[in-house]
Amino acid sequence: MAKHKTPLLDQLESGPWPSFVSDIKQEAEARAKNEKGLDYQIPVDCPDDLLGVLEMSYTDGETHWKHGGIVGVFGYGGGVIGRYCDQPEMFPGVAHFHTVRVAQPNGKWYSTKLLRDLMDIWDLRGSGLTNMHGATGDIVFLGTTTPQLEEIFFELTHNLDIDLGGSGSNLRTPASCMGMSRCEYACYDSQELCYNLTMEFQDELHRPAFPYKFKFKFDACPNGCVAAIARSDLSFIGTWKDGIRINQEAVAAYVGGEIAPNAGAHAGRDWGAFDIQKEVVDLCPSGCISYDGKLTIDNKECVRCMHCINTMPRALKIGEETGCSILCGAKAPILDGPQMGSLLIPFIEVNKDDDFQDIKDVVENVWDWWMEEGKNRERIGETMKRLGLAALINAVGVDVDARHVQEPRHNPYIFWKAEDVDGGWERDINDFRKRHQR
Amino acid sequence: MAFISSGYNPDKPMEGRISDIGPRHFGEYLPPVIKDNFGKWDYHEIIEPGVLLHVGLSGDKTYTVRAATARLMTVTMIREICDIADKFCGGFVRFTTRNNLEFQVETEEAAKELKAFLNEQKFAAGSMKFPVGGTGAGVTNIVHTQGWVHCHTPATDASGTVKATMDVVFDDFTDMKLPAPVRISMACCLNMCGAVHCSDIAILGIHRKPPIIDHEYLDNLCEIPLAVAACPTGAVRPSKVEIDGKTYKTVALKEERCMFCGNCYTMCPSLPLSDGEGDGIAIMVGGKISNRITKPAFSKVVVPFVPNEPPRWPTMTKVIKKILDTYAAEANKYERLGDWANRIGWERFFEKCDLPFSEHLIDDFRDPAYYTWRQTTQFKW
Ligand code: HEM
Ligand code: HEM
Ligand code: HEM
Ligand code: SF4
Ligand code: SF4
Ligand code: SF4
Ligand code: SF4
Repeated sequence: MAKHKTPLLDQLESGPWPSFVSDIKQEAEARAKNEKGLDYQIPVDCPDDLLGVLEMSYTDGETHWKHGGIVGVFGYGGGVIGRYCDQPEMFPGVAHFHTVRVAQPNGKWYSTKLLRDLMDIWDLRGSGLTNMHGATGDIVFLGTTTPQLEEIFFELTHNLDIDLGGSGSNLRTPASCMGMSRCEYACYDSQELCYNLTMEFQDELHRPAFPYKFKFKFDACPNGCVAAIARSDLSFIGTWKDGIRINQEAVAAYVGGEIAPNAGAHAGRDWGAFDIQKEVVDLCPSGCISYDGKLTIDNKECVRCMHCINTMPRALKIGEETGCSILCGAKAPILDGPQMGSLLIPFIEVNKDDDFQDIKDVVENVWDWWMEEGKNRERIGETMKRLGLAALINAVGVDVDARHVQEPRHNPYIFWKAEDVDGGWERDINDFRKRHQR
Repeated sequence: MAFISSGYNPDKPMEGRISDIGPRHFGEYLPPVIKDNFGKWDYHEIIEPGVLLHVGLSGDKTYTVRAATARLMTVTMIREICDIADKFCGGFVRFTTRNNLEFQVETEEAAKELKAFLNEQKFAAGSMKFPVGGTGAGVTNIVHTQGWVHCHTPATDASGTVKATMDVVFDDFTDMKLPAPVRISMACCLNMCGAVHCSDIAILGIHRKPPIIDHEYLDNLCEIPLAVAACPTGAVRPSKVEIDGKTYKTVALKEERCMFCGNCYTMCPSLPLSDGEGDGIAIMVGGKISNRITKPAFSKVVVPFVPNEPPRWPTMTKVIKKILDTYAAEANKYERLGDWANRIGWERFFEKCDLPFSEHLIDDFRDPAYYTWRQTTQFKW
């Protein structure tokens, strides 16, 4: 028997899409039955009470969660987000309902053993509800009480060899696309780089030292499956410097209709026969492809947009001189409008042999600059907007080049520095007056 | 309920403490075929909606079956996923960026069998547990945020709006009949944890009433200078009020400057802004993050407000369906939603999608606004 009546939520149980309401109800029942005889460490009826408080929000059109308080595990400034219900008497099961962020394996591959072990902890010590996964990338355990936090952390680290993720003004849990593990487009090993930097910067992840949050995301090619360019302070996007590799026989097979274009992505509708001129040549944004029975690409003009490769994956392959571009400063609208990442480093090798040292140097330089110049609660994108991209480029020590801009500046209000000008800025008024009367 | 100790000793918190060990290495969880062909893939194909084939340079093949989840998932549900992965996939499973599941199998027959099996799994009340789809030129799972389920600043619910939307566009999840992929994203407030600012279609919770000031408690709960500094438009200033003869240190609001971002509330719980009538949803379109053909682009607001209509948000889903159907009917193959709108012109977009254009759609927020005004006489009647 459900603890609370939920007539509005019940309407979300119909329709084909998986219903979170049905799932929570199923969990409420399982906990009430308690077939394994667990000694639940937080109220058994928290799923019921969560539905109750949610129904109340559906009626009021207002949230019933309070502003988070400060909770966490000893020595960490992140990983746990405090959460309290604003109707604790009505819904005691969720009166204290903190979120725990758990570091996910990169690319989000799991063994069922690991998942089951994680679920055992969360069954006993938490609400039994999760987000798989949070928008930032980590495993999100939804809802537990303060006394359980250290216990959960102890079990995670001692029994599962897993740490908490990040929250607060620190490095957030980095996330990568699945890259080389199953994608032929991967220009570098996004998962390995993500793992390596995550390990290198554990201190920054757990102990807030920054003006505000900082996110790394890793897309192994310009298709951008984890949206690095739009939502990470530093995005690492795979690319290449040499030419696209062409297999002319496979091109012919696409033209002849033996292979479906775009890996079959358009199979749901009859778009007519594949027309290489219309679908590839004419759509190339830099106009650098031609076809006359043989496909030719003027690679020097290619902007590596991926279109031709995505359209004919069996005929065209990314180049062999691969690495990544680093972009900086993406963020959602708060506070000053949305920002896309801006190109900071056009190309850098992703080199496991030197433990990715070149990339780590870039990260350190970027942070040094931001920690020096950034204001409290200012994302690095906003600091860049305030002080200029060139200031960051200089701080990182990259050679400035035309790739850094879409087009040159529109206004000539150039902030020249004294050292840019012959003779500097120190001048003698008396000397000036020798040439100009008052 | 007796307290069960994990071994942690609160009197000696540092004893045997393990910290800063990070995530487990992903290499431990790769299915054998993935491990063997790591970085050596040749090509992929979408065999049918929700089923991918990846072929390695070695000639090895692996089939992936992709299925949706609601993201908010319970322990019971995840154990069910484990059972499926144990039975069909040697104990491995993967989650995608957009909260889909991926099961890896060896043969096409196994993939089809698994797809059929997944499509049969249903909750007692009728909805599917793991519908298969989300590949190619279709709609994939919606990335979304917490909403009324678990956050303190939402202007709408996340799980409910997503469920309502996906039910309406379900066809486009299980099929691949659109001109290009369409990514729908959902964020329940302007913080945009879900980063919807670069999505083909974005559902965004917005507030429309300035914060209520809890004068009698504000000074106890908040650092007034922090609340003042938090406001990006300078709408908050320190002030004093008198209530029942008692003077309180508090803040005053220049309401006409408020753009309802909720930042002051994040810094100060005595400035709540949620409101049943004030809150609702803005719909944005035309963003993308891939570099394919055109550059990554921001989403644009095309409907400034639809009211919250729980549990199924009918006005919102109607607008989304109309935009999606019009795009599907009119765009060229490979053309993303925003590229289509740019090609035909936004004035035409509003006409074709039957959307009214109002003053609220003309940007007025600082410099970025200027770049969105039309500075040419090239426009369409
Ligand atoms: C006390 C205040 C805040 C709380 C409690 C909070 C909570 C959260 C939570 C729970 C998530 C993960 C969401 C999920 O994965 O479902 C998240 C992510 C995020 N938050 Fe917040 N948030 C707060 C303030 C902010 C602010 C002020 C901003 C923007 C300036 C912001 C921007 C984001 C973004 C962009 C993400 C993740 C996007 C991504 O990684 O893809 N949040 N936040
Ligand atoms: C036709 C061109 C494209 C191809 C061939 C392609 C290829 C792929 C492949 C193979 C995957 C599966 C990776 C995995 O298993 O997780 C994937 C996933 C994904 N792609 Fe693409 N991609 C293309 C275009 C795009 C575009 C334009 C976007 C967004 C703007 C995008 C966003 C994503 C996202 C977010 C995922 C995450 C997986 C999911 O759907 O759950 N892709 N893409
Ligand atoms: C003591 C300093 C200045 C004086 C006396 C001055 C005087 C003038 C005068 C008399 C004109 C009108 C010329 C005409 O008849 O077309 C003019 C136009 C203009 N001034 Fe200045 N000016 C000064 C500083 C500046 C500065 C510092 C700027 C830019 C930063 C500036 C930008 C312009 C521009 C853009 C116009 C042209 C306006 C138009 O025709 O659209 N002036 N100024
Ligand atoms: S970003 Fe590129 S390499 Fe990574 S999974 Fe997506 S398509 Fe593959
Ligand atoms: S990757 Fe893009 S720019 Fe380069 S040749 Fe192909 S379609 Fe043209
Ligand atoms: S988008 Fe806003 S309301 Fe939604 S989870 Fe993030 S901070 Fe909370
Ligand atoms: S909601 Fe935003 S704009 Fe309005 S007063 Fe608060 S901080 Fe300022």
